[in-house]
Amino acid sequence: MTAPDMSVNIAGIKLRNPVMTASGTFGYGEEFSEYVDLEKIGAYVTKGLSLKPKAGNPTPRIVETPGGMLNAIGLQNVGIDAFVEKKLPFIRSVNTPAIVNFFGNTIDEYAELAHRLDELPEVAGMEVNISCPNVKQGGIVFGTDPACAFDVVSACRKATAKPLIVKLSPNVTDVTVMARACEDAGADALSLINTLTGMAIDLQKRRPVLANVTGGFSGPAIKPVALRMVWQVSRVVKVPVIGIGGIMNATDALEFMLAGATAVQVGTASFINPASAQQVAEGMEDWLLKNHVTDVKSLIGALET
Amino acid sequence: MQFKSMILSNFQVSPGYWRMRMTAPPEFASARPGQFVMVRVNSAIDPLLRRPFGIFDVGVHTPSHSGGVSQPCFEILYRVVGKGTEMLSSLHSTDQLDILGPLGKGFTVGEPGQDKLIVGGGVGLAPLYLLARELVKDSPVRLFAGGRTRDDILCITEFERLGVECYVATEDGSLGRCGLVTEALTATLDMLQGRPSIFACGPHGMLNAVARIAGQRELSCQVSLEGYMACGVGACLGCVTPGRDHSVEHPDYRCVCAEGPVFESSDLGWGR
Repeated sequence: MTAPDMSVNIAGIKLRNPVMTASGTFGYGEEFSEYVDLEKIGAYVTKGLSLKPKAGNPTPRIVETPGGMLNAIGLQNVGIDAFVEKKLPFIRSVNTPAIVNFFGNTIDEYAELAHRLDELPEVAGMEVNISCPNVKQGGIVFGTDPACAFDVVSACRKATAKPLIVKLSPNVTDVTVMARACEDAGADALSLINTLTGMAIDLQKRRPVLANVTGGFSGPAIKPVALRMVWQVSRVVKVPVIGIGGIMNATDALEFMLAGATAVQVGTASFINPASAQQVAEGMEDWLLKNHVTDVKSLIGALET
Repeated sequence: MQFKSMILSNFQVSPGYWRMRMTAPPEFASARPGQFVMVRVNSAIDPLLRRPFGIFDVGVHTPSHSGGVSQPCFEILYRVVGKGTEMLSSLHSTDQLDILGPLGKGFTVGEPGQDKLIVGGGVGLAPLYLLARELVKDSPVRLFAGGRTRDDILCITEFERLGVECYVATEDGSLGRCGLVTEALTATLDMLQGRPSIFACGPHGMLNAVARIAGQRELSCQVSLEGYMACGVGACLGCVTPGRDHSVEHPDYRCVCAEGPVFESSDLGWGR
């Protein structure tokens, strides 16, 4: 039997298969290159980037909870200048689309970064982070107020012709309102979900475990919430949806596609097993072969309700 | 590297402290003292994350029964502190584990002939045995092992067998000298000629005290740190520690797993 067609297209970015890595869980790609064949995955999304380097939050930044983890890294990153100088050469050497996740504190900063990234041929597309729960300024306000989201995405849209993905927060009353606002502002695709805001408490110390008090909850425990939101959003927008949230294996990824995702991102799983994204892609192909599905695209939104 | 490992032995060395021997691929023999492994305790999702452990020893396992085949192996020394280590302690020989490693930057061994002083607090001894094995090849080595009680003093006979001169201090006086391990360290430093190098691993308070002693005497001091980490390869940025120039206004964080876990103590910020 011939191999199934695993390719998908996200806003003009051709992916050899629907599996990407999620921002903040895969560094700049190089960190994991010893353990995973980057040319076996669809695309990789780099750690959230800002104009200036950002030091991040005090420690503890991470705590494990049953079936998941909380993080409050605080968007620590090298900044665009060091990114261009130190990270781009590696990205150039890999024959897989690199999507750069970025954020700003103001609309102008978002637009400036979109413009800077637009000039880099190595950057296949951008993912606008309007949903980080761990920074006080910027970030979350753009991700929870549809008018702010519209403005920031519009500004980025004007600054770049490259594929523009907007990453949505689940920490809203109605995710479809945010999704529509971003689509109206010119987003080429939507990725969801970012982490759910959560917290953990140390009973004996009577203190929060994280120095930041709250953090972003990720891992297999959040998958049902993510599936529901991907399903809701994919029914109301025309642009492709990228499903994210607790994907540990091929079954999880295929469920997201049935719910309406065109592609998926593997996040926390890469921490546990650096080859996760590659193994998810291989497992999906195996499933398609076994189930006589010739094209992975036929699964997108094929949920029977 | 990532590999499947089979447990060869797993036993309690002292109440709450365990020592596990596991198979390793031949390439693992290149592990440096101070490097660590990330161990996946089981294949379920709870516990979810791997657990980091310093490499206690690397060698070749020769089965006691006749006809067994010798194979490369390594050991970890661990304390049962939560669900993950509790589950680890319940595993038996022939059980399988998924390992990432050796990871991180280990100790720099320094000049031959120079006095080497190793300071370990409790399970902080874990990465120091492999170091001692390396150092005794060409230097006089002393170990300062500290703990709250005698139960926290681990594997001293192993160090003695290497020819290491061992000083023990417990806070309750149940073994060795009564008091802090840093008191014995200071007394020895007062007596030694030349410029010894210090290597330390243990609780943050002890490391802070050792770093201060080394700083006052302008001696080289390498410390091995612990951190809450998810990945172990420098991607999650969960395990950072304040560097020398760290302040709230001008943060200076170092990544424990990728830039460490061993740091020159003068490169770190000890303010907190």
